[in-house]
Amino acid sequence: MPKSKLGIIGSGRLGTAIARQSSKAGYEVRIANSRGPESLGLMLSVLLPGVIAGTVGGVIEQSDIIVLAIPLNQYKTLKPELFAAKVVIDAMNYWPPTEGAIKEFMNEEVTSSEYIQHYLKGAHVVKTLNHIAYNELEEHNLPAGDPKRRAMVLAGDDKEAKTVVSELIDAIGFDPVDLGELKNGKKFQPDTSLFNARYVANDL
Amino acid sequence: MELGVFSFGDVQRAKDGSLGPTSESVTNLLEAIRLADKVGLDVFGIGEHHTEYFPASSPSTLIAAAAATTKNIKLTSAVTVLSTDDPVRVYQQFAIADIISGGRVEIIAGRGSSTESFPLFGYDLRDYDELYAEKLDLLLKINASKDGKVKWEGKFRPALDNVEIVPRPKEKMNIWLATGGNPESSIRAARLGLPITYAIIGGHASRFAPLVELYHEAARQYKTPNADVRVAIATPGFIAEDAKDAKDTFWKSWGWAMTTLGKVRGFAAPTRDHYDAESNRDGALFAGSPEEIAERILELHKRIGHTRHIFQMDTGQLPHDKFLKSIELLGTKVAPIVRAALEAEKKKEEKVKNAKI
Ligand SMILES: NC(=O)c1ccc[n+]([C@@H]2O[C@H](COP(=O)([O-])OP(=O)(O)OC[C@H]3O[C@@H](n4cnc5c(N)ncnc54)[C@H](OP(=O)(O)O)[C@@H]3O)[C@@H](O)[C@H]2O)c1
Repeated sequence: MPKSKLGIIGSGRLGTAIARQSSKAGYEVRIANSRGPESLGLMLSVLLPGVIAGTVGGVIEQSDIIVLAIPLNQYKTLKPELFAAKVVIDAMNYWPPTEGAIKEFMNEEVTSSEYIQHYLKGAHVVKTLNHIAYNELEEHNLPAGDPKRRAMVLAGDDKEAKTVVSELIDAIGFDPVDLGELKNGKKFQPDTSLFNARYVANDL
Repeated sequence: MELGVFSFGDVQRAKDGSLGPTSESVTNLLEAIRLADKVGLDVFGIGEHHTEYFPASSPSTLIAAAAATTKNIKLTSAVTVLSTDDPVRVYQQFAIADIISGGRVEIIAGRGSSTESFPLFGYDLRDYDELYAEKLDLLLKINASKDGKVKWEGKFRPALDNVEIVPRPKEKMNIWLATGGNPESSIRAARLGLPITYAIIGGHASRFAPLVELYHEAARQYKTPNADVRVAIATPGFIAEDAKDAKDTFWKSWGWAMTTLGKVRGFAAPTRDHYDAESNRDGALFAGSPEEIAERILELHKRIGHTRHIFQMDTGQLPHDKFLKSIELLGTKVAPIVRAALEAEKKKEEKVKNAKI
C-alpha cells in the first residue's frame, strides 16, 4: 500500500512534533508555514530530514490528510476551496489567554472546530491532537497494547475521516478514542478536564 | 558554566493564608539578589510579569537597585517582554543600570509566553510576531550604534532620524534572545548574532538538544562570530539539603503555581505522578539535593553543551527563607561540584589533545 500523504500547515512547536512522529511512522509528510518553502530548508535538514517543504496551497493539494497547526487567529488566510473532500485535523485551540479574543469564536454554543468545519465547507474536519502539549507527543508515545499508552480523543462528523485519523493517532503511539460528533469537541477544548490531562483509553 | 537564579518576584502568603502584599516581593527579591551575589552565583534574572502573584513588572528598576548593592553578579531581565515595550526606553533603562553596575547588566528579549502586557499597554495579540521582529530590530540597532545616534523606521513607533539615544555604557550590552521551543526562534537568534536562552518548563530537558543543534547549524550558515554563539538554559529548580524535602517543598509551590495558572489558561492541573516524572532524571524540573542537581546539570550539559543554567525557584508562594536557603545551596554546594567536574573534563580533553600533538 502506498504511504498516506500527510500535510501539515504550521511549522512551529506542534507542527514539527507531528511531522517528526508521523514521518517516523511511515507517512509521506509535507509541511508549510506563512513564509514559504525556502524559509524551511535549514530547519528541515536539521530537525526533520525526509519531510518535504511546500507552499500552503501545494501542501494541501498534494496531501490526503491536512493538519492545521497554526494560531487560530490566522485561520482566515486558509482558502476554503482548496480543502474540498480533504480530511482535515483541526489541532488549533481557541485560547484567548495566549492568542487574544477572536470575535467569531466567542460564541460558547459553537466549538472552534465546528466553526472551522463551516468555514472549510467541503472538508471532513476531525478535531484532535489539540489537547496534548506538543512535547508530550514525542515523550508519551507508546506501542499499541502497552497498558500505559495514553489516549487521544477525537471528534468529527465523518466516519471514514475518523477512521483515517484514528490510524494516524495509533501509528504515532496513542490510543484513539472517538467521542462522537464534531460538536463533542467541546469536551476537550481549553477549560475542560480533558485539556492537557493524561488518560489511558479505559479511563474514558 | 555560569549558574544563577531567575524570579518573577513571587508574592508570599500572609499568616491567614491569603496572598501577601506585592510590595514585600520587591524587598524580598532585592535581598535574594544580594545573597546570590554573596554566595558567588554568576547571574540573577528578573522576569517581567504583571500579576498579583508575580508583580516584577519593571525588571530594569529592580536591576538598577540591585546593581548598586551587588559586586560581581550579572543582572539580567528574564525576560523583557520587548513586544509591548518601547525599545528606546528599554535600552535607556538598562543602559543606566549597566553603568551603575559597572558593566554587569544584560537583557533577555522575549516575546513573552504570558500575554498580560498586551492589553495592559494597548497592543494587539494578532501582531505578536510582527511586534517582536520590529522591536528587536530597533533594540539591536540602538545597542550597535557607535556614536549613539540611531536612524530607524518601522510600523509601531515613530521613526528615528539620527536621534541620540543616551547614556551609552562603555561597552555594548549583552542582549540575548529567549525561546520556548519554536524552531524558527533558534534560527532567528543565530541570524541576528545573538546568544540564546531556552526556557524549558516541562517534559524532558534534553528534548532541546535538536534545537540547539539547529541554532549551531544556523550560526555556521550565517557566519555568526563564535563569541556570540552561546546557549543558556532556564528551568524551574529548587534545592534543599535533603532530596525528599526539596521535592516535597517544590511540589507544593510549583504544583500550586501550575494549578493556579491552569485555571487562568484553562488546562488541567498537574498530578504528583506527573511532577515526580519531571523532577527526576532528564525532567525539566530541577528539584533535589545539591549533589543530585549538580549531577543533573552536568548530565544536561553533556547533551546540549550549555554554558549558563538559571533556575526559577520562587513560584507558588514558596516561603522566602526556603528560597534564600536554595540560593545559598546553589552557590555553596552545587556550583563547586559543577565547576570542579567541568574543570576536570577540560583538563582531560587538553591531555588528549596534547597527546595527539
Ligand atoms: N504548542 C502546543 O503544545 C500545542 C498543542 C496543541 C495544540 N496547539 C495549537 O496548535 C496551533 C499552533 O501552536 P504552536 O504552539 O505550534 O505555535 P507556534 O510554535 O507559534 O507555531 C505556529 C506556526 O504557524 C505558522 N503560521 C502562522 N500563521 C500562518 C499562516 N497564516 N499560514 C501558514 N502558517 C502559519 C508559523 O509559521 P511562520 O513562522 O511562517 O509564521 C509557525 O510555524 C495553535 O492553534 C495551538 O493552539 C498547540
